[in-house]
Amino acid sequence: MITYEWLYVLAGAAFGVWAALSAKDRRWGSAAFWALLSASFLLGSHLSDLANGVLVLALVAIAGLGGLKRSDPPTTSPQEREAYAAQLGNRLFLPALVVPLTAVAGTLLYNYTPLGETGLFEPRRETLILFGIGVIAALIGAMVWLRPPLMAPAEEGRRLIDSIGWAAILPQMLAALGAVFALAGVGEIIGGIAGGIIPEGSVFLTVVVFALGMAGFTMIMGNAFAAFPVMAAAIGIPLLIGQYGGNPAVIGAVGMLAGFCGTLLTPMAANFNIVPAALLELKDQNAVIRQQVGTAVPLLVCNIVIIYVGAFWLWN
Amino acid sequence: MNYWPLAGIAIVVLGFALRFNPLLVVVSAALATGVLAGLDPIAVIEALGKAFNDNRYISVTWIILPVIGLLERYGLQQRARAVIEGMRGATMGKLLVAYLAFRQLASALGMKDIGGHPQAVRPLVAPMAEAAALKTHGDLSDAARDEVKAMAAATDNVGLFFGEDIFFAIASILLIQGVFEAAGYPLTPLQLSVWAIPTAICAFVIHAGRILAFDRRLGRAPE
Repeated sequence: MITYEWLYVLAGAAFGVWAALSAKDRRWGSAAFWALLSASFLLGSHLSDLANGVLVLALVAIAGLGGLKRSDPPTTSPQEREAYAAQLGNRLFLPALVVPLTAVAGTLLYNYTPLGETGLFEPRRETLILFGIGVIAALIGAMVWLRPPLMAPAEEGRRLIDSIGWAAILPQMLAALGAVFALAGVGEIIGGIAGGIIPEGSVFLTVVVFALGMAGFTMIMGNAFAAFPVMAAAIGIPLLIGQYGGNPAVIGAVGMLAGFCGTLLTPMAANFNIVPAALLELKDQNAVIRQQVGTAVPLLVCNIVIIYVGAFWLWN
Repeated sequence: MNYWPLAGIAIVVLGFALRFNPLLVVVSAALATGVLAGLDPIAVIEALGKAFNDNRYISVTWIILPVIGLLERYGLQQRARAVIEGMRGATMGKLLVAYLAFRQLASALGMKDIGGHPQAVRPLVAPMAEAAALKTHGDLSDAARDEVKAMAAATDNVGLFFGEDIFFAIASILLIQGVFEAAGYPLTPLQLSVWAIPTAICAFVIHAGRILAFDRRLGRAPE
């Protein structure tokens, strides 16, 4: 059975190669950072929790001291790229499409045909595993077709990962922060405060506090998944459904979407807001969020109206 | 109740506001929150290490970078621009509105892995949007180009967030179902996912309107 461990070996190898290339380039900070991340992927399952924790602190120390820099491995010039693009045409898009198509078509095949009974993949892990398979297929296909220098994919990958830098592990770090917040009971405290500030008897204001709470707590946690159980337990279920008799399906579904409006507004949602700013080499780290404010705020108002109308007016 | 663990949230907000390195901010917040909740510092480091290790799958997706980088070496971005330049009547507004609709529909059908920032926005959508904007508005300042690229990334996010929940077999729908079932309100995923449709329509109308307004504003901007 193919499990996540196989992907971790693959990722560990990729980060290991980037560490070695950085070392060859005498970029010691980057080399150490990617080597530690490679070690996390290759050895993490066999290390103690404390050893993994120390590894995290070391990663953060390197990033905090400014040890990561952009790199400039040798590549083709813009003129050469124009020439290749004209020569190769739209076939250039094919390898890029192989990856999502493998992931999506493979997931559908695996779930809706007898293929799933083979037990080839770890249960509920098939999409990401198929994504990995798609990456390998696309890479082999592109290498055979384009015949670049052997180290070209590693060097081009390093250029991109170095342009992302420390932001590459911020989403994973935020997930770890969420776990520590849960352990410390932060959710219960927030839920208690939110439950305490609601005026008695006003359905509309309760809806407003619920939706704003979802958005606000999502902004703090960077993830609506962390906010939802807290806000549902504090306001959604006991007040909106229990006390005022609202439609649970609307409150659940649209409450989550109110949280997604918060995701558009926060640097904590790093993989959606900060990573693309790095990938697109934008000067302002918050440029993507700035473009999203004008959509997120009116949409949050829409969600409040949808909950109020859908869960109460249409329901009763 | 002990309110001290909330100091971690204050650290996050302040740290981001003061532009410290975000990794440093996040880990400081985690350590402070754990210790203020009365946990042993070693236990907090252990919890952090375990959670980081358990969430490695999030960072696995970077293995796609060699593929994207290799194709960029052979002119993927230039090709994406050439496609747009060859289209008559292509504007940045029309292009991004079409991408928004495509991203929402594909996500609603469960194909949320088509698209995304490393796979689609950087190599394809952003260069296409930039090429279309240059085609209609002539030369643009660096700041305006950055705005166009940021709008391309924002469009990918909006399309994903407000499309994916219409597909019933998605993590967020299953999470809602789980939370409500535990509280004694059993719901089917389909009951929940149909209620994602009104918000999806609002999101399309609002964001598409903003994209088109942005395109018009670029046309008026003095150079």
